[in-house]
Amino acid sequence: MSTLVNFKIDGVDCLAEAGIYLVEAAAENGIYIPTLCNIQGVKPRGACRICTVMVNGRPMTACTTPVTMGMEIQNDTPEINDIRKAIIEVLFVEGNHFCPSCEKSGCCELQALAYRFRVMVPRFPFLFPRREVDASNPKIIKDHNRCILCKRCIRAIKTEDGKNIFAYKKRGIELEIIIDPELGGKITDELAQKSVDICPVGALLPREKAYQVPIGRRKYDIEPIGIEDEKK
Amino acid sequence: MSKKIVATTSLAGCFGCHMSLLDIDEKILDLIELVEFNKSPIDDIKVFTKQCDIGLIEGGCCNSENIHVLKDFRKHCNILVSVGECAIMGGLPALRNGIPIKECLDEAYLNGPSVRHNHKGIIPNDDELPMLLDRVYPCHEIVKIDYYLPGCPPRAELIWNALVALVTGDELKLPYEVVKFD
Amino acid sequence: MATTVQNIIKKYNKDKTRLMDILIDVQSDQGYISKESISKIAAELDISHVDVEQTMSFYHFFSDKPTGKYAIYLNDSAVSNMMGRQKVKETLEKETGIAFGQVTRDGLIGLFDTSCIGMNDQEPAALINGHVFNNLTPFRVKEIIRDIKEGKPVEQMYTSAYGDGENRNVLVKTVVQNNIQKKGPILSEDYIPGIVIWKKLPQMTPEQVIEEVKKSNMRGRGGAGFPTGLKWEFCRKAKGEKKYIFCNADEGEPGTFKDRVILTERPKLLFEGMVIAAYAVGADEGIAYVRHEYKYLKNYLENLLQGARERNLLGKNIGGIEGFDFDIRIQFGAGAYVCGEESALIESAEGKRGEPRDRPPFPVEKGYLDMPTVVNNVETLCSVVKVILNGGEWYSKFGTKDSSGTKLLSISGDCKYPGVYEVEWGFSVSDMLEMVGADEENIQAVQVGGPSGSLIGPDEFDRTLCFADLATGGSLIIIGNHRDLLTDIVLNFTEFFVEESCGSCSTCRNIPYLMKLKLEKILDARGVPQDLKDLEEWGKILKFSRCGLGQTAGNPILSSLRNFRHLYEGKIQMDKEYDSEFDMSQAVKASCEAAGRVPILN
Repeated sequence: MSTLVNFKIDGVDCLAEAGIYLVEAAAENGIYIPTLCNIQGVKPRGACRICTVMVNGRPMTACTTPVTMGMEIQNDTPEINDIRKAIIEVLFVEGNHFCPSCEKSGCCELQALAYRFRVMVPRFPFLFPRREVDASNPKIIKDHNRCILCKRCIRAIKTEDGKNIFAYKKRGIELEIIIDPELGGKITDELAQKSVDICPVGALLPREKAYQVPIGRRKYDIEPIGIEDEKK
Repeated sequence: MSKKIVATTSLAGCFGCHMSLLDIDEKILDLIELVEFNKSPIDDIKVFTKQCDIGLIEGGCCNSENIHVLKDFRKHCNILVSVGECAIMGGLPALRNGIPIKECLDEAYLNGPSVRHNHKGIIPNDDELPMLLDRVYPCHEIVKIDYYLPGCPPRAELIWNALVALVTGDELKLPYEVVKFD
Repeated sequence: MATTVQNIIKKYNKDKTRLMDILIDVQSDQGYISKESISKIAAELDISHVDVEQTMSFYHFFSDKPTGKYAIYLNDSAVSNMMGRQKVKETLEKETGIAFGQVTRDGLIGLFDTSCIGMNDQEPAALINGHVFNNLTPFRVKEIIRDIKEGKPVEQMYTSAYGDGENRNVLVKTVVQNNIQKKGPILSEDYIPGIVIWKKLPQMTPEQVIEEVKKSNMRGRGGAGFPTGLKWEFCRKAKGEKKYIFCNADEGEPGTFKDRVILTERPKLLFEGMVIAAYAVGADEGIAYVRHEYKYLKNYLENLLQGARERNLLGKNIGGIEGFDFDIRIQFGAGAYVCGEESALIESAEGKRGEPRDRPPFPVEKGYLDMPTVVNNVETLCSVVKVILNGGEWYSKFGTKDSSGTKLLSISGDCKYPGVYEVEWGFSVSDMLEMVGADEENIQAVQVGGPSGSLIGPDEFDRTLCFADLATGGSLIIIGNHRDLLTDIVLNFTEFFVEESCGSCSTCRNIPYLMKLKLEKILDARGVPQDLKDLEEWGKILKFSRCGLGQTAGNPILSSLRNFRHLYEGKIQMDKEYDSEFDMSQAVKASCEAAGRVPILN
């Protein structure tokens, strides 16, 4: 039996099923909490930190925190939004994001968040790290230049017997995603497509397919990310 | 109201941002009512003849001449605007960033698949040529930049809105569709 | 080689949760972990290749390339540098003919930097194949390299007597010094091992034990200060088929070494504390997670555990209490500061990367192998024994109202008597300086609580060590007037956080690095006032990080900006609004060299 709980987001009374994550609870009440690493139906990780809200005065990631009775949540405040914007900017400078030549441009969630938060220029210096493109896999091209290390592929893509195909390597600023040489080589078409689809940026790409939707008709050309939640 | 004076340049860019400015169509007639151009490829004035109100910079800095021109613009313009991805973050020329310049030059002039007749193995070294920088620099990492107009190129409407706002002092309008990075 | 790897895997029953142990043994046996070894491990444990690789590549002491027959890891902590590391490093490079990060061509010697190894009171110090070499000088380095070239086994390279106390134990035999300068209830010698297990526990219910700990008002000693009794109660009430007690002996905060001294001198007290905790929460198994740097204590500690089993202090029906079964194993880390965070420590003990978990759920509900788990600091577990022995009320009389009991301080830096001091909470910084033989007049700052704590100046030396004022895990670094605070301390600490970030939060992965670049700009005399504002603003972003490491990674800069602002202002160009840092001669150097032309700079 599910129970409903009352809680508040920015002073607005909300109602949701107890225990569901704040991101979903907010969406059900027509409130958008921006996320980047989150994907519905997969165990959340809290990697990008963009969905951070203040819960009873403490910063918590809305994708990993279950809603409980009486929670007081701050979401859309100038302070929180500025830190979110800073995080988006930091993701742009830590990698090499050349939007004009990227296959994912227009459908990229990082870019869409930058649009939504009106990023005109990052406040941080561009780091221009040297990163490699790994085209050794027969079905997926991995471009580490664009990877934001959100862990979506690691979390969502597993073999039938539950083994990892994607994983992190190293740590800190040297962190990267690696594809299992053996399991990755044998990846099914379906899983390959799924990994490409869940990648929020252009770091995982299908072979021999690109730029299929013309400019002006792409996902985020006309309407901002998050509008689906707000239209509820 | 006296006309505001505008200067423009293209550093390590493709002139696409200038093209986009021309894309404002018939509003170009209004523009001429609003501003007077000084140093700019639009009127072909090669050197600053007076202090300007607004400088529009297209392109980032990939060589010593870009640096020189950009600093000259900073000196002669009260407000400096980075126009387009190259000015803002280096753009496509910055794809070479992160790769040591020697590797780039070797690839371009000595080892690349399209190299044919460079038997002496020369990398262009004439003193007349600008010196290449170790990487392509966004303009705001060289001089202070006041405003940024993203896009590749920035939509004509964005450039227009920005110029009008700068000239009139009104708030800049930024409809969702006009701010894009591609 | 393949058989050795095979045997190692077999030793751990092909259990994938023991991946850390397997990798530690392979690294130690072969000096590195080859691709073939990774494949073998993956196949035998039935996990993917990248699973092994992701754990392996996370830890500092695992390497995919040979690290040399003699792998020398020289501590790069701030105090090591203050005590002459640079000369030691230069001598090492000169004598071996290689730079740090390299291995000699004959594969004999490898030189590597490493974060604080818990020897701040005897720096500069290095680990050579796991053995500690302390108080290094250029002269000593020459002796060591000569010995290596002659092929001497590491254990025969010591030239001084073994250290004090149990450092001389036949199973330890190290030159490490305890430097116990002041004893209190925890370090006192009147402890009789097993006394609580034999005399107290049989007369108490688990609930009574928890009640007594609550009565003592004891708070966790790791730094966060969560009430210990409450933690135990949560775990006792949590549902789970099995429950676990973890001892966090991963002290990685630069400047901390008191756990090393406890592990050396009072390990039985610690193990007894774990037994008490197990009794209180109803746990079946204990894991003491010890940092890799203290691996030289392995045989000694495991021997003690065996002895405890033989005396019924571990095992079945402990202390004659029917049905109270509990045992302890030691889990070594492999070089990752973040594993001191309790959920990262649990991940690591499960054979994974030491990435902190998202909370809730908390470890007391879902911890090791998703079972209810208590993670307590070494010192906390030791204190518990005294609480049960003498009563919570007795204990609560030590210290202050909000911070009861005593605290072990690891004191190092510019003072006469560095070492471990057990004092009551509420001790002032001023008194501390007097106690350790540091002349207040010659001291410009004290780093309280390691890099994640606060850097305070003389105007705050009257503050006291307690949770309400200056909370600390126990590291105190004293910094004399002659030091360059921003370079020697602040930059070093910031680099430490860059090095030790697990990287899974976008914030902690990047912001400390960006702040470091900004600090370097300021130290390079290219800073402007805006740079100071930027640092303060950027520091706020770190508050959105998941764990304590990330949230405090800006503290070296933020706290020095607050308390030593004049040092920054002395370095920046106060009258300038903008400075790009761009340097034309540097920027064109490489291209002109490649083209063979002389740069024209005017």
